[in-house]
Amino acid sequence: MSEGTKRPFSVREIREEFPALRQLIYNKNLIYFDNGATSQKPKIVLDAINMYYSKDNANIHRGVHFMSQKATTEYEASRITIQKYINAKKSEEIIFTKGTTDGINLVAYSFGELLSAGDEIIITAMEHHSNIVPWQMLCQRKGLTLRVVPINKKGELIMDEYDKLLNSKTKLVAVTHISNTLGTINPVKEMGVKAHAVGAKILVDGAQSIQHMPIDVKDMDCDFFVFSGHKVFGPTGIGVLYGKEAILDSMPPYQGGGDMISKVTFERTTYNELPFKFEAGTPHIAGGICLGKAFEFLTSLDMVAIQKYEKELAEYAQDMLDTFEGCRIIGEAKNKTSVVSFVMEGIHPFDIGTLLDKQGIAVRTGHHCTQPLMDFFGIPGTVRASFAFYNTREEVDKFIAAVEKSINMLK
Amino acid sequence: MTIEEKQQEIIDEFNIYDDWMEKYEYIIELGKDLPIIDPDKLTNDRLIEGCQSRVWLDAEVKDGKMQYSADSDAIITKGIIGLLIRVMNDETPETIAKADLHFIKDIGLQEHLSPTRANGLASMVKKMKMAAIKATINN
Repeated sequence: MSEGTKRPFSVREIREEFPALRQLIYNKNLIYFDNGATSQKPKIVLDAINMYYSKDNANIHRGVHFMSQKATTEYEASRITIQKYINAKKSEEIIFTKGTTDGINLVAYSFGELLSAGDEIIITAMEHHSNIVPWQMLCQRKGLTLRVVPINKKGELIMDEYDKLLNSKTKLVAVTHISNTLGTINPVKEMGVKAHAVGAKILVDGAQSIQHMPIDVKDMDCDFFVFSGHKVFGPTGIGVLYGKEAILDSMPPYQGGGDMISKVTFERTTYNELPFKFEAGTPHIAGGICLGKAFEFLTSLDMVAIQKYEKELAEYAQDMLDTFEGCRIIGEAKNKTSVVSFVMEGIHPFDIGTLLDKQGIAVRTGHHCTQPLMDFFGIPGTVRASFAFYNTREEVDKFIAAVEKSINMLK
Repeated sequence: MTIEEKQQEIIDEFNIYDDWMEKYEYIIELGKDLPIIDPDKLTNDRLIEGCQSRVWLDAEVKDGKMQYSADSDAIITKGIIGLLIRVMNDETPETIAKADLHFIKDIGLQEHLSPTRANGLASMVKKMKMAAIKATINN
């Protein structure tokens, strides 16, 4: 975390900065509980998007003119803001991607090129499809074996089983920091220590953690950390892959094109240095600049206080839901945050979600791109309420009343 | 009653409600009242897999008229199916093949039919029409 004074956390003040929260949906005040899918944007980000396209729009890294240099400076300043926020050693370790999925695919392809038949990759039973499928594709391509750490009924990783899966053939462990469906916070630091002990690397999927808690990649000692901009109050289409410099240096480029080269001849091309080696083509310049603004915003906040607030909010919602007859909470890990997934006996999640929508409440229903997890719990899907720091206890109360109304209609 | 009159009847019924929750209350009642599909027909070849709710559809021609039956694991989906069946049952394959099912949009339920909504309903309407088109060819 970067230094500086943090303003005391006030949900009332923070809400003021998110214009999207002040709107009527079907004539009801919007209650936005779909933050796991995407977050709303603060004014500082919205203003930056407007400013970029109305004044500063230019291509970066190659222009001689004023606007191009200004855009380049801002784009690279954003990289440094993010580097400092997650406490990476160097800004070269911050690779801009399209998002979490893109970051994982980059690693699966490029780091995957260093692996050979017989090597093993470990994921967990609670991964998002985007942290399953790229590894399956890699395993198929290179003849690797995919191992899966099982979970218990509470939705926690069975760490004894993880220990058993690790061996000298393990080359990479890819694990979600926080489960998008269950809210479980995984012990990624401990998992990293164990992975390193057998010579394996660890990739942490931070799509659901970066917006909810302080992130320090040095302390976590992960080899890769990936996240999406849009889930952390920035624009869509931009994300970050953090990787340790030495490892990124050893990896071949992912995509070829402009910006990622040093010199091109028809006989031979040499590649650019980090981070540009992995950033072929004109990037999402506005996205990169505005993601930096989102992190400036986060830097001003007290993430420790926010983490506590969100955890209490989720626990409050969970306790209230638990009082409904026939309600089953999916994901009861001891260490969880920000997400409450549930099913109601005899009622389809889609029906509850549809009725909540008509009462102005945005939740997600379905399998949340974690079909193997749904199979494990023997359910078609859940209703998921996922919170952010701008949500309030009053909203939870209204949500609970709306759930009750929906159940009564559907019974 | 023509297919157009049936659609108009439904539009009139929904016009009574100006609140979304009331509309859905009505749809849920329709879902609960939908005749249960013959359990033998809940087979995989009749299943239209949606992202969220699943729909089973059976279509046959009896005495030159289309006869549909369907089911879903979600009650709201079932209610909308009930409306579709009410409009399309007992019509000739030719009528259904040509039909413009505007009532869905008119009563404000078009969101359920967008392909991205993925509750199986868009595919179901398509399959209902396809069954009718097939029947016209067979004739």
